[in-house]
Amino acid sequence: MVSPNTPETPGGTERSSVAPRSIKDVVIRLAGNSQDGIQAVGGFLARLAGRSEQDVMTYMTIPSTISGGPSIFQVRMGTGDILSAGDRADMLVAFYQHSYDAHVSSLRPGGVLLYDSDHVKPVEEDRRFTSVACPITSATVEALGGTAKDKGKNMFVLGLIARIFDLDVAKLTTLIRERFAGKNEDIVRNALLGFDAGYAWPQNNLRDLFYRFEAIDQAVARSGRPQITLDGNSAIAYGFIAAGVRYGAGYPITPWSSIMETLRTELPKYGGIFVQCEDEIASISTALGFSYTGSVAITGSAGPGLSLKMEALSWATMAEMPIVVVNVQRGGPSTGMPTNVEQSDLMQAIYGSHGDTPRVVLAPKNVEDCFYTAMEAVRIAREYSTPVLLLTDQGLSSRIEAFDEPDLPKLMIDAKVDRSERSADFKPYPLDRVTRHAPAGSRIASGKYPTVTGLEHDELGHPTGSPKLHAQMNAKRREKIKALAATLPAPEHSGEAEGDVLLVTWGSNWGPGREALARVQAAGIKGGHMHIRHVHPLPNGLEAVFARYRRIVVAELNDEGVYGFGQLALMLRARLANPAIVSVCKTDGLTFKVSELVAGIARHIGHAALLESVGTARPSPLAAR
Amino acid sequence: MSSAVATPPAPAGTPLTKKILTADHPTWCPGCGDFAVLASFYRVLEKLQYPHEKIVTFAGIGCSSRFPYFVNTHGGHFIHGRALPFAAGISLGNDELHVFVFGGDGDGFSIGGNHLTHTARKNVRLTYVIMDNSVYGLTKKQTSPTSPIGFKSKTDPWGAIDQPINPMRTLLNSGATFVARSHATQVNHMTEMMLRAARHDGFSVVEILSECVEFFEGAFDAAVPRKGGTWTLIDEKKNDHSPEDAQRHDPTDEVAAFKLAGQAWPGAFGVFYENKSRATKNALEADLIRKAKERTKGAADLALLQSTFAKMR
Repeated sequence: MVSPNTPETPGGTERSSVAPRSIKDVVIRLAGNSQDGIQAVGGFLARLAGRSEQDVMTYMTIPSTISGGPSIFQVRMGTGDILSAGDRADMLVAFYQHSYDAHVSSLRPGGVLLYDSDHVKPVEEDRRFTSVACPITSATVEALGGTAKDKGKNMFVLGLIARIFDLDVAKLTTLIRERFAGKNEDIVRNALLGFDAGYAWPQNNLRDLFYRFEAIDQAVARSGRPQITLDGNSAIAYGFIAAGVRYGAGYPITPWSSIMETLRTELPKYGGIFVQCEDEIASISTALGFSYTGSVAITGSAGPGLSLKMEALSWATMAEMPIVVVNVQRGGPSTGMPTNVEQSDLMQAIYGSHGDTPRVVLAPKNVEDCFYTAMEAVRIAREYSTPVLLLTDQGLSSRIEAFDEPDLPKLMIDAKVDRSERSADFKPYPLDRVTRHAPAGSRIASGKYPTVTGLEHDELGHPTGSPKLHAQMNAKRREKIKALAATLPAPEHSGEAEGDVLLVTWGSNWGPGREALARVQAAGIKGGHMHIRHVHPLPNGLEAVFARYRRIVVAELNDEGVYGFGQLALMLRARLANPAIVSVCKTDGLTFKVSELVAGIARHIGHAALLESVGTARPSPLAAR
Repeated sequence: MSSAVATPPAPAGTPLTKKILTADHPTWCPGCGDFAVLASFYRVLEKLQYPHEKIVTFAGIGCSSRFPYFVNTHGGHFIHGRALPFAAGISLGNDELHVFVFGGDGDGFSIGGNHLTHTARKNVRLTYVIMDNSVYGLTKKQTSPTSPIGFKSKTDPWGAIDQPINPMRTLLNSGATFVARSHATQVNHMTEMMLRAARHDGFSVVEILSECVEFFEGAFDAAVPRKGGTWTLIDEKKNDHSPEDAQRHDPTDEVAAFKLAGQAWPGAFGVFYENKSRATKNALEADLIRKAKERTKGAADLALLQSTFAKMR
């Protein structure tokens, strides 16, 4: 069956009288169960936006149960920079009563409530929204034929959304065909049937719901490269490949697993190996063994796994063995909230081990940055012969964003293992230089082969109990990290260069932070936003920047702790001894809403009007006029 | 620091001798069984004559794990119990290397027990030598996983009460494709076992009873004839179709190997099990790479990643 709608006539004759209303962006929340394939809808929309040069950012929660249970996917798409997934939805698609009950409060006044009238009975008297009742389940079954049951509801909904937002049907159809390429022809046909039925759903209800995204501002400079659409974990995996990583090892844990799955599948194509190990300790051990053969290897986990890797991580510091360790942070402690986001492993990343272990911790700010941070982590590990932790989080791991394709011919690293003969004066642990290990397989001209070791050692790797050498080697391991700090660029800093408040964020809080600053400034407050990617060592020179603001508000997704400060705030206070540093913390397992940041800032600077404005929900741009 | 060049380097091709292979002087107590293991290992390397730079000697933590400092090869000293997964990374990371791992009974059967099982079942190509002294020596006499019931240690002053591990049964059960047992007082036998283990294409393990004279003197006298014990060698099948050959041990017979492992103390010494047909993880991974490269027609790394990104547009 062919599509009843051709892209040339979007909307068909039925809607010719209705002109689409122009909108800048929209937040659509799909709420259903985890097996409904709503992530697939989000994925299609995300990729469509990528191909249409519209920025997109998605948000996903999945239950920690394997099948069944509520699941949502939120996509924000539009024209221009999309910085966060959006605090509240402009449109809610509710598949079930529980979806409606749990998420109707997320809908902005004037937003669109689209619900499956086969399953949902909305509160009749609630007139805040434009309600669209659609028998999604029965209409899908009818379109696909009796045997299909209600599988395909997601594609039906995609069709409805395409109709409402005047999306490019030709591009979507291509995406659907690509997505199911190589599968049974029935699957492709059913997907298209579902999509077409949704698109053609002939209800008068839809007549007024017709929107089109603003045209792209052509003056905004783009790289000229096409956009790609992927999630944060994939971006990390491909960043490693681009950085020349060919070996790694891991153990399954949510939300890290998809990085290891990608590398396990991809690395053989590049002549590499990824080993699934028996446990977390074996993973880091195997990765260190790989690094020992001369090729910087990676491992990763979530917080609980990182705890297990700590002893080996200290060995890597002592033996000065390069390795990159990913921590996709989730809610802790212990098993905690495994499918929720948190930034509570910062101190673990920096200090969580025995002994003095100065190490490097980087945190990407968005999906695109996951790619570049992975590359940077590998470069630093290699250059400084040291372990590097890449601290990402559950929010970034599954979030899909569209961004300019990296300039691979420029970026790609060809990491050749250097097994050349080492000169006779080779020392594995020189006190005056950064360690450059001679990987096994390299001849040593002196005929004296090196030992890499976790015992304190002299320059040749022999064990030593010398107090002087222990102090010297500790200093060596510390000074190289300080040398790295001196090379770090100043953190991204936007807004006013001085004023009432500086909002400081790290990790995935970058986008909400940027949006929060805009709202703070719009309220007439002089403010700035600084985002720190290099969380340890911190870049030099922060004290001068901080001194120009009355309050430094550090926002992070962790608990305020016994002393009333989040983990980065505690670090910054210790580093800069600046009493103006205060915290905005939360641990509800969700990413920051812009309003939460604005409210936090308002409280800290004592701005009643700003605080009050946060409580007022702004109407949705979809609102009927 | 003093110059590292005490003697001119041996040019490539110079035979490896004990003199070249000797590094730091061992820190073991006088009379420790581990000296004999080290001496045998030098002999093994002398016989194998691998290129010097391609030999790797690694260890975990314990008295025996000091081994790599005493052997002049590439090598290292990792954390307690985890030398095997580290060595797996070495072996898989560079297939040309000859990887030897040394450790004790605590390292191998207690803290590293899980790693033993999984490195063995995956058949990673490396040789693992367990120097079993049935006591924690470096930490000065605590009960080890192979300490016999009744052994008086600082943690069991009244005598050990927990059932010890049967090392050979554990090793066979792990899925190791070469399992042998020897005794530190039998230098020739030890050398032969380590040599065969090194030549085995897969995960090979040799358990060597190596006495701790300081904390468990006489632990293995039952297998030392001059101390009144019995030294029983495994009579391996020769496949000569003779009637007596039928009684000999077939190392490819796993059930027979388990039977040997169940013998009363001190049991027999020699090769319990040898499986030459199971593919190594090294070979299986290489095969995955070969197949992947076939599918991508050997595309260069840059082209591969570019085509992946093209699919994400």
